[in-house]
Amino acid sequence: MSAVLIAAAPALPVPRSAGVWLTAWRRFRNDRVGLVSGVIVLAFLLLIAAAAAGWVASGWQRELAVPNAPPTLLGPRAGEDAGTMAGIESKVLPPIDLTDIDPLAPRYQEWAERASKMLTTETVKAQTLPLGADRLGRDVLAKAIKGTEVSVFVGVLAALLATVIGTVLGALSGFFGGKVGDFLEWLYNVFTAIPDILLIFAFAAVLGRGVDTVVLILGLTGWTGLYRQVRAEFIKHSGREYVRAAEAIGASQMSRMFRHILPNVSHVILVRMSLLVVGFIKSEVILSYLGLGVPIDQVSWGTMLAEAQSELILGFWWQLATAAAFMAVFVTAFSLMADAWRDALDPKLRGAE
Amino acid sequence: MLAYVIKRLWQMVPTLLGVVLLVFTLFHFFGSDPSVILAGQNATPEQIAAIRQQLGLDQPAYVQFGIFLKQIVTFDWGRSWATNEQVSHLFATRLPATLTVMLPILILDTVLAVPIALGVAYVRGSLTDRTLMVATTVALSISFLVYIIVGQYVFGFQLGWFPVQGWSDSVATNLVTYAPLPVLLAVMVGVSPQTRLYRSFFLDELGHDYVRTARAKGLTEPTVLFKHVLRNAMIPILTNIGLALPGIFVGSFLIEVFFSIPGLGREVLLAVNRSDYPVIQAVTVYLAMLTMLINLATDLLYKVVDPRVVLR
Repeated sequence: MSAVLIAAAPALPVPRSAGVWLTAWRRFRNDRVGLVSGVIVLAFLLLIAAAAAGWVASGWQRELAVPNAPPTLLGPRAGEDAGTMAGIESKVLPPIDLTDIDPLAPRYQEWAERASKMLTTETVKAQTLPLGADRLGRDVLAKAIKGTEVSVFVGVLAALLATVIGTVLGALSGFFGGKVGDFLEWLYNVFTAIPDILLIFAFAAVLGRGVDTVVLILGLTGWTGLYRQVRAEFIKHSGREYVRAAEAIGASQMSRMFRHILPNVSHVILVRMSLLVVGFIKSEVILSYLGLGVPIDQVSWGTMLAEAQSELILGFWWQLATAAAFMAVFVTAFSLMADAWRDALDPKLRGAE
Repeated sequence: MLAYVIKRLWQMVPTLLGVVLLVFTLFHFFGSDPSVILAGQNATPEQIAAIRQQLGLDQPAYVQFGIFLKQIVTFDWGRSWATNEQVSHLFATRLPATLTVMLPILILDTVLAVPIALGVAYVRGSLTDRTLMVATTVALSISFLVYIIVGQYVFGFQLGWFPVQGWSDSVATNLVTYAPLPVLLAVMVGVSPQTRLYRSFFLDELGHDYVRTARAKGLTEPTVLFKHVLRNAMIPILTNIGLALPGIFVGSFLIEVFFSIPGLGREVLLAVNRSDYPVIQAVTVYLAMLTMLINLATDLLYKVVDPRVVLR
C-alpha cells in the first residue's frame, strides 16, 4: 500500500437509496401473514436449537409411561391396570404348596436374602402424558420435538447442499456459456431425464442409510431446478452494464461472478432455497417411511408417522396427530414465509402463484 | 416435421449416454460389490471369484461398460439377483397394476384442477380465491403419508366403504374394487398443487391484451374464458402433464407399498432393499428413455394446440 492518506473529504450529504434488502424488509414488515409465519418459524428454530443443545427432549428414548399411555386430557385408560382384562373375571386360586417336589425350594430363602441386599428402585410408570406415549411408553411430545430437530435439520442441510451445487454450476454455465455451458446443460439433461424419485432410489441403493446419507441423496438429486434459474439469471446479468464496468476496471472472472452478479441474484436463490427446504422435509418423511431414510435409533417426523400406522389400527391416534400437527404447522408457516419473502423481494411476482 | 423428429431423436443420444454413464458410475464405483451381495454371507473366496468371472467383474471398467451397453441395446438384463426372474418379465407383469392406479389419478387430477383453477383465476382476489389458496397451502403442508394412513383407516377400516387393501387378477375388479381408495387419496393430495399451478397460468393469460380485446368486441365471458384463455393456457398445462407422465410408469411408490399393490414402484423399492442392481438399473435407464420420448411427444402436441408454434 502507498502511504498516501486521503484527507477526510467534506461530508457531502449523498442521499443513499435503500438497497434491495432494506426495501424488501419494509415490504415484508407490512405483510401480516408473512410476519406471523416468520415468528412461528423462528419459534420452531429456537425449539430446535434447544433440542440440539440438549435442554429439551434429550431423554426422548426414556420409557416414562405405560405403553401407549393416552394424553392427559383423555385420562388413563380403563381396565388395563394389573394386567386384568376388562370383562374377564380372573379367579384367584389358593397357592399350592410345591415344596417337596420343587428342586429349587431349599434355595428360595437364600435368594430372597441376597435380593433384599440389592438396591432396587421401583419406577412408577405414568398412566398419562401431556400428549400420550408410544408403543414403548416414550413421551410423544419429546419425540416430536427431537423429530422436529432431525427433520428440519435434514431439510435445511439438504437444501443448502442443493443450493450450493445449483448456484455454482448455474453460475459457471450462465457466465461462461460455450463449452462449459454445453457440458453443464448436458449434465442437467441427464439428471432431469431420470424421474426424481427413481434417481433418489438409485442413490439410496448404493449409498445406504442414515441421516447424512439422506442429506447427501436429496442434495445431489435436487439441484436441477435451482441450477436452471441461476443460469438464466447469470445469462441475463453477465451482459449488463455494471458487470461490463467491473470488467473494465479489471475485476477477475471469479470476482465478477461471485462478488458482483451473485448478490444481485441472491434473492432468487433465497426464495428457491426456501421452497427446497419444504420439499425436502416432505421427501424425508416419505423416505423414512419407506425405510430409506432416518434409521430407527433416531426419531424424525417420518419415523413417527411410520410407527403411527400400526398404532392407529389399535386406536392410539396421538402419535400420528402430534407428528402430523408439528409438521403441518412448520411447513405451512415456512411456505407462507417463503411466499412473503418472494413477494417482498420480487414484487412483480406478487400473488402470481 | 419428420426432419424435426429425427433431429430430436438424434439429440437424445448424448443425454441417454449420460444417463447410462451416470447409472454405471453410481453402481460400479459407489455401490457395494455385487459378487458379495450375490454370494451371501457364507461364501467361500472361490465362489465369489466364480461370480465375479460370471458377471465380468474381473474385466477392466471399459469392458464392463461395454457389457452394460449391450444389455441396454438388446433389452436383455438377464435375471433379477434376488428372485431369478427375467427382468423383462418383471416389467411386463408389474406395469399393468401400476397403470391401473396411476392413469385414473392423472386424468382425475387434470379434469378437476383445470376448471377449479380457471374459476378461481377468474375471481382473483375475491374471498373464494383467497380461501382456496390458503386451503391449498394447508392441504399441501400435510404429508401424503398422513393422508393415506388416515384415509385408509377412516374410509377402509372405520366406514368400510372400500377394501383396506388387496389386488386381483382382473383389471375390471381392480378398477372398481381395489383402485378407488388409493386413487381418491392421491387425487385429494394432487389437486392442490395442480390447482395452484394452473391458476398461475390462467392469471398470466388473463392479464394479456387479447382478453381485453375479446371483451371489448362483445364476446361473452364463457367464450372469452373457454375459447381464448383456456386455449392459450394449454401450452404450459400440456408441459406440466408431460412432466408428470413419466412418473405414472413407476407409480407412486408410497401408494403401492402402502396398499400392497403389485406394481413396478413396489418392485423397485424391493429391489433397492435387496440391492438387486439389474432391476434398478433397467428401470432407471428405460424410464429415462421414456421420459425423453414423452418430452418429444409433448413438443409435437404444442404444434397441434397452437399452430403458431414453430418446431425448430
